[in-house]
Amino acid sequence: MGALSIRNVVKRYGPVQVLKGINIEAPDGEFLILVGPSGCGKSTLLNMIAGLDTITGGEIAIGGRIVNDLSPKDRDIAMVFQSYALYPTMSVRDNICFGLKIRKVPKDKQDEIVARVAKTLQMEQLLERMPSQLSGGQRQRVAMGRALARDPMLFLFDEPLSNLDAKLRVEMRTEIKLLHERLKATIVYVTHDQIEAMTLGDRIAVMKEGEVRQLGTPQEVYDNPADLFVASFIGSPSMNFIRCPVVTDDGAVGVQLQEGTERFVFRAPERVCEGLRLWLGKEAIVGIRPEQITDRSAWSGENPHVVSRSAKIEVVQPTGPDTLALIHLNGTPVTCRVHPEAAPRPGENMSLMFDLSKLVFFDPASEKRIT
Amino acid sequence: MAEPYRTQTAGSHLIGRAVIYTLLVLFALYYLLPLFVMVTTSLKTLDDIRTGNLLALPVQATVDAWAKAWDSACTGVYCGGLKGNFLNSVSFVLPAVIISTLIGAFNGYVLTMWRFKGSDLLFTALLIGCFIPFQVVLLPMAQTLGWLGIANSTAGLIFVHVVYGLAFTTLFFRNFYVTVPAELTKAARIDGASFFTIFWRIILPLSPPIIVVCVIWQFTQIWNDFLFGVVFSSGQRQPITVALNNLVNTTTGVKEYNVDMAAAIIAGLPTLLVYVFAGKYFLRGLTAGAVKG
Amino acid sequence: MNPSAGGAGQTLTRVRRGLGDYVETALPKIVLGPTLLCALIFVYGFIAWTAWLSFTESRILPRYDFAGLVQYITLFANDRWWTAVKNLGIFAGLFIAFCLVTGLLLAILLDQRIRAEGFLRAIYLYPMALSFIVTGTAWRWILNPGLGLEHLVRQLGFEHFTFDWIVTPGMSIYTVVIAGVWQSTGFVMALFLAGLRGIDDAIIKAAQVDGAGPVRIYASIIIPSLRPVFFSSLIILGHIAIKSFDLVMALTGGGPGFSSDLPATFMYTFAFNRNQIGLGAASAMMMLMTVVAIIVPLIYSETRRQRHG
Repeated sequence: MGALSIRNVVKRYGPVQVLKGINIEAPDGEFLILVGPSGCGKSTLLNMIAGLDTITGGEIAIGGRIVNDLSPKDRDIAMVFQSYALYPTMSVRDNICFGLKIRKVPKDKQDEIVARVAKTLQMEQLLERMPSQLSGGQRQRVAMGRALARDPMLFLFDEPLSNLDAKLRVEMRTEIKLLHERLKATIVYVTHDQIEAMTLGDRIAVMKEGEVRQLGTPQEVYDNPADLFVASFIGSPSMNFIRCPVVTDDGAVGVQLQEGTERFVFRAPERVCEGLRLWLGKEAIVGIRPEQITDRSAWSGENPHVVSRSAKIEVVQPTGPDTLALIHLNGTPVTCRVHPEAAPRPGENMSLMFDLSKLVFFDPASEKRIT
Repeated sequence: MAEPYRTQTAGSHLIGRAVIYTLLVLFALYYLLPLFVMVTTSLKTLDDIRTGNLLALPVQATVDAWAKAWDSACTGVYCGGLKGNFLNSVSFVLPAVIISTLIGAFNGYVLTMWRFKGSDLLFTALLIGCFIPFQVVLLPMAQTLGWLGIANSTAGLIFVHVVYGLAFTTLFFRNFYVTVPAELTKAARIDGASFFTIFWRIILPLSPPIIVVCVIWQFTQIWNDFLFGVVFSSGQRQPITVALNNLVNTTTGVKEYNVDMAAAIIAGLPTLLVYVFAGKYFLRGLTAGAVKG
Repeated sequence: MNPSAGGAGQTLTRVRRGLGDYVETALPKIVLGPTLLCALIFVYGFIAWTAWLSFTESRILPRYDFAGLVQYITLFANDRWWTAVKNLGIFAGLFIAFCLVTGLLLAILLDQRIRAEGFLRAIYLYPMALSFIVTGTAWRWILNPGLGLEHLVRQLGFEHFTFDWIVTPGMSIYTVVIAGVWQSTGFVMALFLAGLRGIDDAIIKAAQVDGAGPVRIYASIIIPSLRPVFFSSLIILGHIAIKSFDLVMALTGGGPGFSSDLPATFMYTFAFNRNQIGLGAASAMMMLMTVVAIIVPLIYSETRRQRHG
């Protein structure tokens, strides 16, 4: 019903191509996130879905209708903006009703909708206030209320939480997620914050320089990033990247690493062996996330894919729940996550457990993941 | 301004303050002098003027000069005082102010919220119009007004002042609307509001501050104008500024300086009153226009 | 509505734009249309028209046959024109200089956390609300030799004080300076005051910590950072000076004779009183070219400086 279809969408401003051919099919009810660094084109794409910007090439369809030529008001959408965009001279109630009035919705139906929306978002007591009297979080709620009142096929969110402080952001994130589960509406949500992307979305489209680098569920994008950019963008602290030669070790394929004066080989997991063999004799970039390098306490018993190595700890940064420790492999700084109680002092050597089952490998030239 | 540098002794600090205040007061006197002179002279009799001096107060204050300036002074051939010209000015200044402000508001709205290719260029082209010396348009305009049949008429003056006031009013509104977030218009478009609905229901209610500035500025400029008045009107249709100049320059008989001063005050009173009551908006108008320049 | 095959076997229907949508897109341009037309015709078009007139031999009625530069030659041979140009130079130079200096001085004084600052500011600024005619009329009276300032000072005991500039051919232009400065200084002061208030306190504090005295701070830090305000004021004052017409007409009438003529009064006299349309047009074009020649490079150089600064 509210499915979104983006086909070969291209956007040009004069000679500059801002979107280079976007293809996304979002089924009805999906919470789709567009995430990427500034300038990647995510807001432009959102504006084009909304009809606030023209489409240079390709098609966008909402609910089965191609909407390329439709003005925003005919697309059956609602949008929540980063700056909330509440009408400053109207009360909260009037803000919510504005679109309804234009559509000539009868007064009693309007009141009904306002009451329903106010109840859903728990802002009954705010209805008669003016936007200038509201806090940031309240304004955001009113902006969402305005969108809800329209009961559209598609909800568009343009970095709605960026203007809120960290604590409020976390609260609102939860509210938005709950809302999605209640309404089962199709949502397209733009953000530059990868945590928001991971926690909120059914699927994430990671964008860079006008292209979708990867479209997948949060876990897919986290575990199997399509390329170096996606791997570095998703996850905080960021994945560690180490450039190393691809070698054989007793018939198995792996990468050679050096720590201090010691050299050793990490074997690649089964699924990658075939592909990695093609890089024998050349260099690859191995990616390993900080939480895949821990201390002994995380692992009990024997695991074939977990190896232990000793390394010199350069810097120690406690974060509370765990402590980040910095080591060097192949001369590259590598962040590890250890339990606070096992945390060593800087300069000491420590025995670390490396979970090799999650290793990912990238081609240094194309930056794509080796499969 | 940060605290004055504190190596001065208390004494030298006081002397410094005294100097500052003295200078400020002297300047204030310099600025108030003409006003004082105008008022006192207008209340004097011709005898007072001859026997006294600039700063002397009237021996016996009288408003005869005022009555004459309003009712019977000669502005050229006609000797009916300034009252007719005062009304002339009112009759074209008010419509011109309203029309140019309204159009300027729409223009500013379009230029900030509905940009299209070339709209910025358009704005620059319009702005250049602020800078030209009006002498270069006088001759063609005189001709054009004649062709349109509105030469020497209220309509003609309204027309001229609207046309040449558009650049400023557009500038005011455009600079103001630039500070309104564009997302407001986007949200309204998604809500289904049309071009005019957005202006009427959302943008206009935000505009009172700039409307006041614009109206005050335009009123002052148009009321005080002389050039268009003297070129595009004649005789009894003239605005009060032109009539004042004629009155002061008539050389028949004895020069009645008290009447001259009374007439000057009558001509200057409206804008002066606006300034007194709404001065800070006047100031905003000046600085708003100047920021662009 | 025509269906088009989408991927995955989906059929997508295309919706056509309504007439209303086309109108909506065109509305912004329609709204700006009249204003643009006005600018095109009544500004640029008229400039071209006047330019054309300046190349004809129009006298009391306009003629449109091309006559070359005859009017410009006549103009440059005209003594009165050169007086007007010379006067413009004197007037503009003094007017701008005094306004800038006095305006800056007043602004600095007012910035010293004065009591009744608002009141004083209002006094310095009120002349801007008056018409130049009113100003001219008032100052004409004040500078009246027999009954004005001269008379007052004589009555105070200085028997031999003379101040009859307004009726002295060589000095009459300076009276225009006096009246003009009185009228416009307040405006410059307001601009400078706003500029002063906009200066970051932290910079001044840093200078004080470095040991700079107040004069040093003003000379080396504050005044240089007011450069944009100088620039704006210069443009606006220059503009006022070149256009000055009202003030001269009311104060001296261009006289005595034509000793206080300015290009603007010259143009008016010849175009409308002396029925020499062609010559008037030529003088108007000269005024325009002066404005363009001075203001455009100024703006250009300052915007370039801002871009690189």
